[in-house]
Amino acid sequence: MINKFTATALTALVVALPAQAQNFDDPAEFAKQKDMLGATANGPAETPWLQHYGDVMADTSSFKKDGPHTICFSNAGVNNPWRVVGWNTMQAEVEQHDAIADFVVTDAEGSDDKQIADIEDLLAGGTCDALIVSPNTTAALTPAVEKACEQLPVIVFDRGVNTDCPVTFIKPVGGYGFGIQSGEFIAANAPEGSDILMLRILPGVDVLETRYSAAKRILEDAGLNIVGAEFTDGDRAKTKAIVEDYIQRGNQLGAVWMDAGATSVAAIEAFEDMGLDVPIVTGEDQQDFLQKWQEIGMNTIAPTYPTYQWRTPILAALKVLDGEAIPGPEWNLPQPAITNDNLADFVNSAMPPLHYAACGCEGMPGYPERWGGK
Amino acid sequence: MMDRLKQMNPVFLVLLLLFVAIAILSPYFLQPTGYMNFLKRAAPIAILAVGQLYVINSGGFDLSAGALVTLTVIGSSILLDGEASATWWVILAMLGVGVTVGTVNALVVSWLRVPSIIATLGMMITLSGIALTWSGGAPRGYLPENFRFFGRFLIKDLPLIKILPVAVIVMIVVCALLWWLMHRTNYGKRLIAMGDNPKAALLAGVPLTQTRIVAFAMSSISAVIAGILLGGFAGVSTDVGVGLELQAITAAVIGGAQLLGGRGTVGATIAGALVLQAMFTLLNILGFPKPVRDVVQGLILISAVVIAGYRRRRSGG
Repeated sequence: MINKFTATALTALVVALPAQAQNFDDPAEFAKQKDMLGATANGPAETPWLQHYGDVMADTSSFKKDGPHTICFSNAGVNNPWRVVGWNTMQAEVEQHDAIADFVVTDAEGSDDKQIADIEDLLAGGTCDALIVSPNTTAALTPAVEKACEQLPVIVFDRGVNTDCPVTFIKPVGGYGFGIQSGEFIAANAPEGSDILMLRILPGVDVLETRYSAAKRILEDAGLNIVGAEFTDGDRAKTKAIVEDYIQRGNQLGAVWMDAGATSVAAIEAFEDMGLDVPIVTGEDQQDFLQKWQEIGMNTIAPTYPTYQWRTPILAALKVLDGEAIPGPEWNLPQPAITNDNLADFVNSAMPPLHYAACGCEGMPGYPERWGGK
Repeated sequence: MMDRLKQMNPVFLVLLLLFVAIAILSPYFLQPTGYMNFLKRAAPIAILAVGQLYVINSGGFDLSAGALVTLTVIGSSILLDGEASATWWVILAMLGVGVTVGTVNALVVSWLRVPSIIATLGMMITLSGIALTWSGGAPRGYLPENFRFFGRFLIKDLPLIKILPVAVIVMIVVCALLWWLMHRTNYGKRLIAMGDNPKAALLAGVPLTQTRIVAFAMSSISAVIAGILLGGFAGVSTDVGVGLELQAITAAVIGGAQLLGGRGTVGATIAGALVLQAMFTLLNILGFPKPVRDVVQGLILISAVVIAGYRRRRSGG
């Protein structure tokens, strides 16, 4: 009896501790993002980077200023292909506006400390009319952003901060939405009760943790058998070896769920090289995955974390300095999923393998060369 | 008969037992796709282990092999960037890098009198740093299909064995050449003499520096070839080579190679690599996660050295 009580208390403690730190499995946020995926976004559908959900707007009349402007940007880093595509897209957006006289950029190279110093330097320089921040990590950058808010309008995008002082926080629907899109597809299309392997890049990153918790919830509710959840470090060789290992153990995999698409092709190759039919392997909007999907005719889905969100902060900053109201304190952009129905719209063999198709960058200055295309 | 059995290297018996265990647990391995995929996955580590054996037989270690594998994959992908027509010169360039790395390792050991374990540790850190700087920490570039051919392509519809991975052919050819050089040439005799007793070898007229250069170059070239296979197997990856040098040393030791030189055969080293891979496969079928495999690899390494020492004392060799 005592044992049972202790065990319950311990379990409660273990469950409560991470929940206090940061909750990656929040039913309320799950429901909110699920609703957003089902809702229609405001604004014209051909420019999704300007669309938003809901009607709550932020008043910016106090920030109105005569141009031309100096816009400053503190970037967390350009250390993965997703950020490379986004950064190229943002630079192309800047070139399109005569109202931007100067675009001052710092690159934190993935370091919290450097980004905090970068923001201090930008503020001390005194030339910025607006500051855009793409935080490296949420908690560490919060004080620096709060300090910046006292001096000028701040726009945060991609990863968030724990303060509502910025004019707006721009992001797509979110990680739960990503997990919901791929989870629901597998639940509807995988053979009933089949084995599912979940592959993740690494633990502890909020946007990846929420993708996982949302998909896991849906797969379990659908009665599918999750045989494993493994970390790949985003490494193709490791991914391929893990999938081969699971196949060799005799699992009848009905689907491989991926929390990001960079190694989806490696997972597909594991089945191909063992002479097996390729089941559902989810991915993202990287060209290599989309081209493979089209080439071998898979039935799958690619949720996106669209890189066109890198256009929005520039457009938002200009609106703020014009005193025009923008969606805030949260600006949620649509988060499309690529399916067999619209796959052809996104495949483009002229673009490099790790180009993210949902960049909204076609027709921008320097397309396609700026993004490495031919 | 019993004497001959006693003299036989126990690694072959262990390998047989492991295969039987795997076949009982997973009949998939009795089919051609099963054992051919096994050999395909074992090919890079077998090649690396035989290359490593050259350095071990010379009386040293080559810890830089794994980092060179990573550098090969990353360097090739950046140089190629999906350009199929450049594959051949990139492969040649990478083999050139291998020869250079091996030569530098050997010269640091010979001329500067740095123990090989430190010299190659330094080289390992240097090569990792170069790979990281070059790639910016994230996989860039792309490996075209004709580069990936060696590590990935399967020859299908063959009689009897049905499929034959190109990686297995590469393994057989490379290992055969390295076997010939080690066991059928004067160079091989000089190498083993040098590892056994460098002073005696020097007095007998063995050119130590030259012999060491070839040994380290063989290890580095085998690392480049393993890198080409691993890159072909799964594409670009930034930590593909991490820990491979230790697997290669483990495989050579399981095969009965004597650390600090002078004793070790190519055949037994290949068997050692297969034992290691078979052990990983068995643990996987039993459902053990990767960290457990690392523990087992460590235990095998220690047991192999202990058993080899015990056998040597008993046989008076």
